[in-house]
Amino acid sequence: MSVDTVKQPNWFSRLAHPGQFLAWSRYLVWPLAIATLLSFAIGLWFAFFNSPEDYQMGDMVRVMYVHVPNAWLSQLVYGVMAVSALGTLVWRHPLADVANKAAAPLGAVFTALALYTGSLWGRPTWGTFWEWDGRMTSTLVLLLIYLGIIALWRAFDDQLKAGRIVAIVTLVGALNIPVIKFSVDWWNTLHQPASVFTASGPKMPASILTPLLVMMLAFTLLFALLQVVRMRTEILRRRAETLSRQAALQGAAK
Amino acid sequence: MIAEGAHLEFIVWAYAGVGVLTLALIGYVAWDARRVKQRLAELDKAGIRRRSAGSNT
Repeated sequence: MSVDTVKQPNWFSRLAHPGQFLAWSRYLVWPLAIATLLSFAIGLWFAFFNSPEDYQMGDMVRVMYVHVPNAWLSQLVYGVMAVSALGTLVWRHPLADVANKAAAPLGAVFTALALYTGSLWGRPTWGTFWEWDGRMTSTLVLLLIYLGIIALWRAFDDQLKAGRIVAIVTLVGALNIPVIKFSVDWWNTLHQPASVFTASGPKMPASILTPLLVMMLAFTLLFALLQVVRMRTEILRRRAETLSRQAALQGAAK
Repeated sequence: MIAEGAHLEFIVWAYAGVGVLTLALIGYVAWDARRVKQRLAELDKAGIRRRSAGSNT
């Protein structure tokens, strides 16, 4: 075989190689950490000291600055996991199941926080901590799906086999995401319809939109940081497990 | 600036809960990363390392 006929891996494959990922992602950790801290500092300053009361909700609007970012991340993280699941099943991408496993606990925490802050927002605004309406119920279902995926990952010793099963479950669970998104349009609900990402633009004043967007950026950067660190950890964990197995086999052969 | 109103406790509980759980998540991720690195270091110390160690990260 001549050198010309050897198929070279493309840039995406090289980027995705676990060893390569460990090499280049280490340079992301500190910049992401600094950007996350700065974004939170600016966002919290806006949220507490430089944003007005809402004309209807009063100061309760400040809960929105932590509720909406967590609700946004609860769906974004699941989107990342669904793309990872496709990567596992379709392209057998070496980092896809690592990304899925790394993201699941992060998504579970963000979803739990969205439900927690939502119920605290709901009590004074709607008069109840909880209502079995479309948005809240489908978000609770999302939390249960996250917990199920975490349990599935832990149920298998063979992580490659687990990756394929989790990928199928993740894609089935992805049907819940449009339900969450459009629940406020499909059913009568206490929730207001979309007010940030709409076809006609945001339906709120800049003085409230600015802290909200900065806090969304801060939480999204936090997710990116934690995801990179967790993916690095998962690759190293698998490396350690392989080495331990090899050492055990060599010990048994002697 | 936030005013001390009837709903202040809801705002405090919301931010406190988010702060505590977010910090706990960051702490867990950092602890887990440290634990795995220590395990790899122990294996390396025992002479158990990848064949490509030294040429790879």
